[in-house]
Amino acid sequence: MADELTVEQVADAMYNMIKSAMGEKKLKPMDLQKAMIEHFGADRCDKKLCKEAIKSLIDSSRCVYTYFGGSFIEIPHEEGAAKG
Amino acid sequence: MANGQTPKLDKLDKGPWPSFVREIKRAAEKSPMSKDLLGLLELSYTEKIGHWKHGGIVGVLGYGGGVIGRYTDVPDKFPNVEHFHTMRINMPTGWFYTSKALRTICDIWEKHGSGLTNMHGSTGDIVLLGTRTEELEPIFSELTKEGFDLGGSGSDVRTPSACVGPARCEWACYDTLALCYDLTMTYQDELHRPAFPYKFKFKCAGCPNDCVASVARADMSIIGTWRDDIQVDQSAVKEYSDKGLNIQKDVCGNCPAKCMDWDGQKLDIDNRSCTRCMHCINAMPKALRPGKDRGACIMLGSKAPIVEGAQLSSVLIPFMKMEPPYQELKDLCEKIWDLWCEEGKSRERVGEFIKRVGMGNFLEAIDIEPSPYQVAYPRDNPYIFYEEYFEEGDDEEEAGEE
Repeated sequence: MADELTVEQVADAMYNMIKSAMGEKKLKPMDLQKAMIEHFGADRCDKKLCKEAIKSLIDSSRCVYTYFGGSFIEIPHEEGAAKG
Repeated sequence: MANGQTPKLDKLDKGPWPSFVREIKRAAEKSPMSKDLLGLLELSYTEKIGHWKHGGIVGVLGYGGGVIGRYTDVPDKFPNVEHFHTMRINMPTGWFYTSKALRTICDIWEKHGSGLTNMHGSTGDIVLLGTRTEELEPIFSELTKEGFDLGGSGSDVRTPSACVGPARCEWACYDTLALCYDLTMTYQDELHRPAFPYKFKFKCAGCPNDCVASVARADMSIIGTWRDDIQVDQSAVKEYSDKGLNIQKDVCGNCPAKCMDWDGQKLDIDNRSCTRCMHCINAMPKALRPGKDRGACIMLGSKAPIVEGAQLSSVLIPFMKMEPPYQELKDLCEKIWDLWCEEGKSRERVGEFIKRVGMGNFLEAIDIEPSPYQVAYPRDNPYIFYEEYFEEGDDEEEAGEE
């Protein structure tokens, strides 16, 4: 089906969302999942696909998990507290 | 302090009991990290403020849990604890080790970290205290080579833990070790890739004595119980009495359900009123045993007082058979997670979520039949107001029929 979404398409959309929110809002996996289902539609994008997309983002090192009172997904960056 | 003197900590080292200060001092003899840790702690005691920053981006590739970032805000004074990350290691189920396994962990940690450990943290994991960011991947690689994996941290399933269960305890009503191992293996993704509003803890207790305190410390407490009658050996009860146990006062009198009576010859138990508290069984272990139809009570919602106050778990399923592949339990977990992930607020534990939406609404949403056992406290009113379950117009129909 030409219309079928791939894991990479969802991962790219998630990455763009994380990039544009960087410095303003930390996003949790659930925020990404809800946004993707809304963006692509529930008939094309489901929880399983989102889970795979997050896995792909993390395993490829494009994103990392962070912790600030809860777990978030962010683009890798140098922490202020980690001295050079 | 930076000059190596620790007068305040030394006071903690003077009592007769083992002190963490003594252990850090021993480690400091060969670890500069531990030496600086003492200095930093002395500084905190002097200034009455903490010098640690918690959290951040540290971790190993692919995992969102298992490493807890720590940096100090005074790296110039104590450069060896500039990074002092903690690693949580998934403990063997029931905390059974060989001495070789313990030596392996300690060797890895002395090579790459401070050498300080905490056996075990409140979730039950092996906690390794203090290492640098660049050491995390080498440690992970060496640990996995030896068959160890990281545990949970952050907003994920925390390392499931269990009491020693049938391995050493005659009261275990199900195989806690097997269930704990199964849950750990089934929920690898949920353990290592945080996707929940906040943490979620499983604890498996084999009987209502609840040696792992699951009712107070786990989001999902799986506590062994039975649904038939307590097994009684009347001659053994008599023997306890003959040897001086005041059965009426010390056993019947302390029964919270007041469901038993002793006439000097025979112990009568009204099993329908029994709350399975185990008091009588603990008092007369040779005479009483749990029933033969065994399983577990599934409870939900306890937590320590971090965001809101402390909560104890509430009964969700009064009795569930606990046999592999535990499909009924897993289906229940997934229903709970689906709802909590969808509707829960950030940093809201599942117990707080239930409190916010109401137990009745929660049960309806996860498709569980309300039961009179789902009470806040024993012998209290049920959560469920059954009149809510009347369909609209029921009253009118009934009135019309009159």
